[in-house]
Amino acid sequence: MIHEQLEIISKQYIAKDTVEMTFRGRMAQEKILPGQFLHLLVGEGTNHMLRRPISIAGVDQQASTITIIFKLLGEGTNTLAKAALGDQLDALGPCGQGYPVDDLQLEKALLVGGGIGVPPLYYLAQSLKQKGVHVTMVAGFQNKEHVFYEDQFQLLGTYYLATDDGSAGVKGFVTDIIDAEELDYDQYFTCGPTGMLKAVSTKLSDQEGFISIEQRMGCGIGACFACVVPAPDSASGYKKICKDGPVFRAKEVVLT
Amino acid sequence: MNLAVHLPGLAMKNPILPASGCFGFGKEYAELYNLNLLGAITIKAATGTARYGNATPRVAETDAGMLNAIGLQNPGVDQIMAQELPFLATYDTPIMANVAGSTIEEYVEVAQKISTHPVIKAIELNISCPNVKEGGVQFGTDPALAQTVTAAVKEVSMVPVYVKLSPNVTDITAIASAAEAGGADGLSLINTLTGMQINLASQKPLLANKIGGLSGPAVKPVAIRMVYQVRQVTDLPIIGMGGVTTAEDVLEFLLAGASAVAVGTANFQHPFVCPEIIEQLPAVLEKYGFSSVEDAIGKGHEHADTHLSRT
Repeated sequence: MIHEQLEIISKQYIAKDTVEMTFRGRMAQEKILPGQFLHLLVGEGTNHMLRRPISIAGVDQQASTITIIFKLLGEGTNTLAKAALGDQLDALGPCGQGYPVDDLQLEKALLVGGGIGVPPLYYLAQSLKQKGVHVTMVAGFQNKEHVFYEDQFQLLGTYYLATDDGSAGVKGFVTDIIDAEELDYDQYFTCGPTGMLKAVSTKLSDQEGFISIEQRMGCGIGACFACVVPAPDSASGYKKICKDGPVFRAKEVVLT
Repeated sequence: MNLAVHLPGLAMKNPILPASGCFGFGKEYAELYNLNLLGAITIKAATGTARYGNATPRVAETDAGMLNAIGLQNPGVDQIMAQELPFLATYDTPIMANVAGSTIEEYVEVAQKISTHPVIKAIELNISCPNVKEGGVQFGTDPALAQTVTAAVKEVSMVPVYVKLSPNVTDITAIASAAEAGGADGLSLINTLTGMQINLASQKPLLANKIGGLSGPAVKPVAIRMVYQVRQVTDLPIIGMGGVTTAEDVLEFLLAGASAVAVGTANFQHPFVCPEIIEQLPAVLEKYGFSSVEDAIGKGHEHADTHLSRT
């Protein structure tokens, strides 16, 4: 993990309240795994005392750029979105443990993402495809207005889309697609809101899989114990999401 | 410039120490900078046995601050001594152990054990954690209980005892005096102020615990006022804290009467804030006419009655 002022080189709205932002910095030369995140300082002065953890959606080492996608959920993300091209954002990163792409032995991967849990899976899909793994992506969004990266995912493998109201793709949840389709895969990888993670990991409990957990964080480096998750089989009984995660083996942690 | 301060048990190179709970047991920040730069380190609270803490979410941002309700999560005093303290022994920075408990017996047990470890130079007696049902704050809001628990811990501790005071009281000086009567070697203040924030969309409190402790720049004026008031009723050394983000804030606490100053929430915003403040402190002291840290301690009291007369 390094500390760096990252320069914003592009910023665009790619769906309702959803911002894609690309930075240039030497951090892009670090080993960055899908699932790792940037811990971003918000604004100036002391109004925002907590950084925002935002997962990495793409890395281009040649161009030395890192891309993130985030949703406007409150004052912090609104302030982040107001930053202009050429501005520098104070970032810690890459933080946490990502999906262990290098160590995985598999031929076919199932990726399941919900809403703002989709971005790290895009970087994961790219990394897996590069490794020769066939990728099946199941994405879920609230409605058509919130959908993003549909075309990008379709270029990387098989793509299924569900929306809560059926305004795009299938009406229903990602788990409805898992039920309806005969999906062929060796391991699954999921990221999204806790309710979705629970539903997916329960449904696929007989499979090997990885989940990435969202949680409000304090320090982001493992010192403050704000973001923990029960891990009954570990010596301490818990894992720190920011430091030991946010990616875990599905059977390693108990979602609460 | 001489930044050193000498407090009971704590020979500090400079007056800056990270506040308990914001710095774990030092390992994470040691990956970012050399812990020898710090004046001292206060480690995360220890209890008699392991505690998991509260449900998540445990933190929420507020204007110029944050709420937390961690709930004293820690592996218990024995594990801390076995697993965490050996690493800290590799530094020459004095370590202060924050001691918490639900009963006087637990406070005594933890203090007795941890104070025997050679790395521990002082105890911070946490009678002010607002985030657990039974975890101390009752000892910090009742002067008689504060005196009793302080005296009980003083009796067994091998190192000086600083009593950490809660701001959630009507009269902070009454608790400070009670701690002094119990034999405290120093005081540390303030812990967090209890607060709540409700999300408009969900119409629920943002913390799973509903209530949490408010910290950060938003509480600094309360902390300054309390350090100032406590300074007027006791000569015990004070470790001041509450919303410190800059070297100027440190000077303000020194003027109010603190001899050392802890940095908490600011570590989350800027993980390098402690060494940055230490680096900037000499210039700030010099700017306001001080030639050492000792020189500035309590100076805010000397001018207290004269500033209004200047027209």
